[in-house]
Amino acid sequence: MTAAPVDRRPRRTLRQKLGTGARLVAALVLAGGVYTAFAPSSHAEDTKQLSVAAQKGQQLYNTSCISCHGKNAEGVQDRGPSLVGVGSAAVEFQVTTGRMPMSRQEAQASRKTPHFDDTQAKQLGAYIESLGGGPQIPDGDLRKGDVAAGGELYRVNCSSCHGFSAGGGALSSGKYAPSLHPSTDRQIYAAMLTGPQNMPVFGDNELTPQEKMDIISYVQNMKSDQSPGGWDIGAIGPTTEGLAIFLIGITALLFATLWIAGKS
Amino acid sequence: MKRPKFDPKQAPGAVADWADQRLAGASPLRKLFNKVFPDHWSFMLGEIALYSFIILLLTGTFLAFFFTPSSAEVVYHGSYVPLRGISMSQAYASALNISFDVRGGLVLRQIHHWSALLFMAAIVVHMLRIFFTGAFRRPREMNWMVGFLLFWLGFLEGFAGYSLPDDALSGTGLRIADAIMLSIPVIGTWVSFAIFGGEFPGGDRIFSLLYIGHVFLIPGIILGLIALHLALLVKQKHTQWPGPGRTEHNVVGHRMFPGFAAKGGGFFMIVFGVLALFGGLIQINPIWLFGPYKAAVVSSASQPDWYVMFLDGSTRLMPPWEIRIHLFNHGYTVPPIFWPTVVLPGVLVTLGLLYPFLEQRFMRDRAHHNLLQRPRDVPTRTGLGAMAVTFFVVLTLSGGNDVIADKFDISLNAMTWAGRIGLLVLPPLAYYLAYRIALGLQQHDREVLAHGVETGIIKRLPNGAFVEVHQPLAAPDEHGHTELPYRGWVVPKKMNRIGAIGPAIKGFFVPVEQPEEPREVEAEEQREEITSGRR
Repeated sequence: MTAAPVDRRPRRTLRQKLGTGARLVAALVLAGGVYTAFAPSSHAEDTKQLSVAAQKGQQLYNTSCISCHGKNAEGVQDRGPSLVGVGSAAVEFQVTTGRMPMSRQEAQASRKTPHFDDTQAKQLGAYIESLGGGPQIPDGDLRKGDVAAGGELYRVNCSSCHGFSAGGGALSSGKYAPSLHPSTDRQIYAAMLTGPQNMPVFGDNELTPQEKMDIISYVQNMKSDQSPGGWDIGAIGPTTEGLAIFLIGITALLFATLWIAGKS
Repeated sequence: MKRPKFDPKQAPGAVADWADQRLAGASPLRKLFNKVFPDHWSFMLGEIALYSFIILLLTGTFLAFFFTPSSAEVVYHGSYVPLRGISMSQAYASALNISFDVRGGLVLRQIHHWSALLFMAAIVVHMLRIFFTGAFRRPREMNWMVGFLLFWLGFLEGFAGYSLPDDALSGTGLRIADAIMLSIPVIGTWVSFAIFGGEFPGGDRIFSLLYIGHVFLIPGIILGLIALHLALLVKQKHTQWPGPGRTEHNVVGHRMFPGFAAKGGGFFMIVFGVLALFGGLIQINPIWLFGPYKAAVVSSASQPDWYVMFLDGSTRLMPPWEIRIHLFNHGYTVPPIFWPTVVLPGVLVTLGLLYPFLEQRFMRDRAHHNLLQRPRDVPTRTGLGAMAVTFFVVLTLSGGNDVIADKFDISLNAMTWAGRIGLLVLPPLAYYLAYRIALGLQQHDREVLAHGVETGIIKRLPNGAFVEVHQPLAAPDEHGHTELPYRGWVVPKKMNRIGAIGPAIKGFFVPVEQPEEPREVEAEEQREEITSGRR
């Protein structure tokens, strides 16, 4: 015959159970606290330092840039370069001129209607800046330069590609120096600082911030110049002038000869 | 005694008589005033060049009052703010001064420059007319050579003017000219040193040369050659198109006075008006944007004026083939730029000057000619002309190939290769096409002479075939053919040209004459009824 097994162990009181639990918790808290106090805390600090702007920038990055520049902006082979260390100036230039996000891979990204507004561009810039630093565009008025000095610097440093009248010019194999006519002060400054695409970098040792502002003043002044001689026919020199004398001048005078000969 | 009353009506005659008694000018002037000018519009193209040259002299004189050809360093303090405080040559400062501080200076400078472009353009268009119509044939070979030299003198004159203001674009042009001189084997260095007075840019020397060349020497020679050009024209009389009443022994048109004088005077005013509009409305050569010339300053899209651009183009297309020769223990280099900028212009000048003689030799035609030829009647010459024009146009476009590449989003390298291949392929193609087109037009003329003018009326024959009814130009033989000789002039090809129907509606924007109103069908008029398919 079998009897129902009987638990012979002494029954633990509720009080005893609670006490064990409390001790366990206390030990865990102690161990965790000691670990937290002594262990390297980089990860925790990293997330903490992302400003609100950078966080928003990260979100934009993850939706629009990540496919070519990679999960951590480390770059993707044959698609997009690493952005670590390019700085917010480069990001702002590329994004506010509409060059990034790029529509397709070709000789050179061209200016188009920007996909992000200026605030979003600054947020993206803040995120990229947080990854590895890099050049930044100074705040404040960038046009407080000397126009004449800027003109001299422009002609020595810029006109060989962008042309005397800043209308742009051709480079080899489909590359080109773009027109500066739609450029803002910040974009010109950022371009000099970061050397986008085929442009050389004009760091602060080549052109000091003051010289950069001189150049910006000159370029913007030239754009506001109401070409004193009349219609500037593109301001690209003798090419269009030669075209004009044949298309307008010779054509008009040929009609005049026909008219006069028709009357006599 | 009563003094004779002054009669104003007698005054011009009296003055002329007074002058004639002293100068005996009446009979030579009568000859000149009686010179006949043909009426055809194509005879007025050279006039455009002449009139723009007069305007060049007038505006140039004004500019010379204010221009200082000196390389002395000055600091600019004029009205143009973006250059204030910049040191520059006196030449450039005075050119800026003309543009911004001399009253009317900018508009006259611009008229001057536009006139230069028009002068050269008109010379080329005029020369094409002379070429394609065979007006250069005996006895006018000399006048062809004079005219051809005028183009090259205008070329030099224009280049000197382009170089004078000493802006960065002029300096770039001079630097290229220096490179061209240096490329001449053996003597290149000496030529360059002689002209620049030492290593480029060499200081004041070049300005003295350019200035005296531009304002005195070259215009003087041009003026002399123009005088010779016109004197030969008067002496040899005009050519003319063949046509009713026009032969090798006469010339039909308006006399110099009063008909042509009125016509020419009016045309001068039109040319002047067009140039004034250009100078006032379209900006040319904005030197203030270029800045003073510094060796380090260069711009993209640095081009010469259009008539020099073909040399720029030939330089851009030339592959970098450098030849090194060792002779007498000396190494000599023939740089690639030597071929497109020294040899090519040399060949072009020689071929152009000698063309009338070459044609005489190859076509075996040494006869006197006063009647012109239609381009279609000399397919070989027309083909050669088309070939030359294509060659020039490919080179000129290549001179601006960076601008074309930039504005039309084409790779600059592709433009260069297109120019290289185009320069070799397109001229022969142009020759072939022009030759075939000329033959086709000839054939059509002969066809009309044999069969008559197409009336546009289609007739259906009993066998069902459709034929177009032709209006013969004379009584046809039993085959419906006419045997009319070709006279070297326009063959009527439309019914209204032979008066069979009314003239074409005149008026460019609004018809001057109204077409005839369609006749209204009266209500009571009996209209025939026809069943379709049966008759």
